[in-house]
Amino acid sequence: MSEFLWNVIMLLLAAGMVAVFIRLVHGPYLPDRVISLDLISILAMGFIIAYAVRFNQPNFLDVAIILAIISFLGTVAFAYYLERRP
Amino acid sequence: MPREIIVMALMLGGSFFMALAGLGLLRMPDLFLRMSSTAKAGTLGAGMLLLGAAIHFDNFSISTRAVAIIIFLLLTAPVAAHMIGRAAYFDGVPLWKGTVQDDLHGRYRISTHSLETGAVPENDSPHTDTDLIPDNSEFDR
Repeated sequence: MSEFLWNVIMLLLAAGMVAVFIRLVHGPYLPDRVISLDLISILAMGFIIAYAVRFNQPNFLDVAIILAIISFLGTVAFAYYLERRP
Repeated sequence: MPREIIVMALMLGGSFFMALAGLGLLRMPDLFLRMSSTAKAGTLGAGMLLLGAAIHFDNFSISTRAVAIIIFLLLTAPVAAHMIGRAAYFDGVPLWKGTVQDDLHGRYRISTHSLETGAVPENDSPHTDTDLIPDNSEFDR
């Protein structure tokens, strides 16, 4: 039963990832792609956390911290240069 | 095993909200509506997953780390969404045709990147009235 629920969790996260990738390829504007990248890194964080809980590996939570920081800084940098685009 | 059940429910809810955020990003008609879906549903999903991890690892240092990530996400996600939204508005990304009200219309001055209380001339503000996504777009299928 638990194995089935883990498969459901991973499938839901993967479905979200596929939808975000379609939007990333499709565009149509640059800010759409920036928020897609932001959500991709948050979804990757979700994958890492689910994996850490499933296989009892608490060290993976450090990776989630780093991903959160990198995604915030990347989005802020993209927004900064997007606003100053000529 | 009540704790197992709580962890499983939080994980399922979190991944459900994350899938919902991806679906909203794909299906919403306009950049600003898409952003509202990703910022809120994505943060809620990640927060539920992290809360599940904090309950699963019954350990002070690990649970503190998970709660710290939740607080960090709650602080930074709105800031990032606001910066991207402001940059996109200046960039002239069109609004959805069903938009009822645009309070920023004629308030932003492009040449100085500032918000003003008075009206700004039309050729110096980012959006015009016709700057909408048309009715026969791909999203109205």
